[in-house]
Amino acid sequence: MWSLRDKYAIAGVGYTEYSSKSGVTVLDLATRACGNALADAGLGADQVDGVISYTFNDSVPAMAVATGLGLPGARYAVDYQAGGNAANLVIQAAAAAIEAGLAENVLCYRAMNGRSGFRLGGGRELTARGITQHTAPHGWISYPQAMAMWCRRHMIRHGTTSAQLGAVAVTCRDNAALNERAMMRQPITLADHRNARMIVEPFRLLDICLESDGACAVLVTGAERARDLRQRPVYILGAAYGGGPNQGDDLFDAIRWPDHDHNYSRYIADDLWRGAGVGPRDVDVAEIYDCFTYSVIVQLEGFGFCPPGEGGGFVQDGRIARDGELPINTHGGLLSEAYIHGLNHVVEAVEQLRGQAGPRQIDGAEIALTTAGAMTCGSALVLRN
Amino acid sequence: MSNHARPLPEPDADSAPYWQGCREHRLLLRRCTDCGGVQFPPGPRCPDCGARTHDWVEASGRGWVFSWIVVHHPVPREVYQDEVPYVVALIELAEGPRLAANIVGCEPAAISAGMAVTVEFEDVTEQITLPRFRPTQPATPT
Repeated sequence: MWSLRDKYAIAGVGYTEYSSKSGVTVLDLATRACGNALADAGLGADQVDGVISYTFNDSVPAMAVATGLGLPGARYAVDYQAGGNAANLVIQAAAAAIEAGLAENVLCYRAMNGRSGFRLGGGRELTARGITQHTAPHGWISYPQAMAMWCRRHMIRHGTTSAQLGAVAVTCRDNAALNERAMMRQPITLADHRNARMIVEPFRLLDICLESDGACAVLVTGAERARDLRQRPVYILGAAYGGGPNQGDDLFDAIRWPDHDHNYSRYIADDLWRGAGVGPRDVDVAEIYDCFTYSVIVQLEGFGFCPPGEGGGFVQDGRIARDGELPINTHGGLLSEAYIHGLNHVVEAVEQLRGQAGPRQIDGAEIALTTAGAMTCGSALVLRN
Repeated sequence: MSNHARPLPEPDADSAPYWQGCREHRLLLRRCTDCGGVQFPPGPRCPDCGARTHDWVEASGRGWVFSWIVVHHPVPREVYQDEVPYVVALIELAEGPRLAANIVGCEPAAISAGMAVTVEFEDVTEQITLPRFRPTQPATPT
């Protein structure tokens, strides 16, 4: 369990423009986001000695970013082979590295040309070896196809409806409309969701997140150090990573998962809340990993905002809107801001807790939840100002 | 589903007996000879008890629909554009394990959770045969 409550903080955040065609290299995106995070914090590159990232063979390694930024003394440069499940894990790992004396100031980033370059959802690596010999030959290849199987199971077990998925899509878009860096800002209605093109039943186009070129970066440092820097520190109250005993052979694989009506969140919630010393009722704003609309519903259940099976009802009637009981994805999420694999959720949570979210600001936000992952493994943070 | 451009399984040391069974139109499951657990997919160790020793048992080929999807948008397009819509299901076998396979022989809209299905085999190439499932026909009254 996390034992570093309030000892570490996020002192800077940075991001690039989010687009469908950046026209620049992934290394350019990564170093720009990191440079922006340092400028935000008011910290020189010469002070950074740790760099952590996560990649799906679609990014540049931490050593390249350390080199590109001209870091004179990178003592800790590590890459996780992971997708969105690691967006909060890297921040947990940064604090752990500092605690262990391996580094003092750590940049975490995610960077990719996810639309103009390697498209994760495109099934480009069309092989059937290892675990995929049992999935790809049947035409079960893309992540939307993987998650649709989970969503269907939730519908079977709990009666979750497409209209409930639509409520998540509409909420995210409403928030994105107020976010100048969001890729999709045109408001949508439940009818738009209902009429959207069917991609893979039960998912329509508006159930599926964007594909984006872009990068985000977060600077993690000790709480005391953070208090001397330019921004109001955002403290890491709690952090957790994991999943159940059958996490599978890769991120796609969940053949042996007990039941696809729940995901990793059920397995890490206790760790998260006990480590943080707060509970779901204390959360003012929640940035929930939304690679698909369904992912939000199942995580709200897993993290204890509602009982198992009741997430579909929970997201309706404005409960997750900005003025609702639990505002979620105030930036528009992966569904409408950009798909920076969850690190953009951390950026948004930090801006909310600093009171810098402009027209999307949730008044009085003091505690934020960020989550990352949708299937058998994932990570989460509880942050406070 | 007869497009040969789709990805074909590359059997390995753990899975070769399973794919050989498919070629013989037999659905073989790895059985742990330590704890008796029957598993899919076949791996180097029993995921329940960790033992390496195992044999293979022929499954009944009967199961039921645990979950399913209907693919409308082909990924990648050049491989699946003539195949959509098609159904991929997680089938829970009578022996316990689940596997993923296509369901054929019925309209996608007719599929329901718990529907009984029976395995059949499609010889895709001389080396590769894939299992797929079809709704189980009710037994003829005698």
